Amino acid sequence: MPPRSLGTAVAVAGLLLAAWSLVPVIRNRPPGRSHFIGLILVQALVVAETLVAVGHLAGGAHPREYVTFIGYLVALFILLPLAMLLARLEPTRWGAVIVLIAALVVPVLVLRVNQLWSGGA
Amino acid sequence: MPERTAINTGPGRVLVGVYGLFALSATARATVQLATQFSHAPLAYLLSALSGVIYIVATVALARSYRRLALACCTVELIGVLVIGTASLVYPAAFPKATVWSVYGIGYGFVPLILPVLGLLWLSRSGTSRSGTSRSGRGRTGQA
Repeated sequence: MPPRSLGTAVAVAGLLLAAWSLVPVIRNRPPGRSHFIGLILVQALVVAETLVAVGHLAGGAHPREYVTFIGYLVALFILLPLAMLLARLEPTRWGAVIVLIAALVVPVLVLRVNQLWSGGA
Repeated sequence: MPERTAINTGPGRVLVGVYGLFALSATARATVQLATQFSHAPLAYLLSALSGVIYIVATVALARSYRRLALACCTVELIGVLVIGTASLVYPAAFPKATVWSVYGIGYGFVPLILPVLGLLWLSRSGTSRSGTSRSGRGRTGQA
């Protein structure tokens, strides 16, 4: 069983950050400090989710599409840090769009990780 | 400034991010597919690999402001997603496994279809609406 509550927490946190990023997008402002703090907070949850997943694999679990599972984990892990770098380079409304999109991708990746979680056995 | 065609800022930077995401995921997926189950659907997996390469080139072109190359990539992508999307509907037997471009990118929320359109829009806008610098040898100012 995937850690449903943790996964849900990560996904909801991503959606909240996306909603919060919509404010500067609409107001034509660059992402503010709160958005970067938001990215860090969501990333902290992502790290927790990744650690649980790594423990899951270390415990001998064999998710369906093993390599793909790891691929999704890697993507999930690096997504927000890269988005943060890119958003910092773009101190305009478009930087906030970058945060928004990255935050929206988080729930998608969490969903895919959860779908592949349990083995095909 | 001899050439002020910065296509890698503003909306362009967003495109770089999304293209980068697709470059990563399409290439990784294609690599796994080709390495582990090539014989299942060689055509589909080779197309996945091709799309991955195009996304990589598009990402680099947008990030480094290679306008011509970016234009070529977006065009190839749009044609690719339309042709493969249609082919996957008309000849489903040829596509037993999905590619990024199957059914116009339905597996990726149709982003593969929207992305090249946004790319082309951005490339044309950033070329014309910026203060007119000498665009010698661009050959695409207005006329079709």
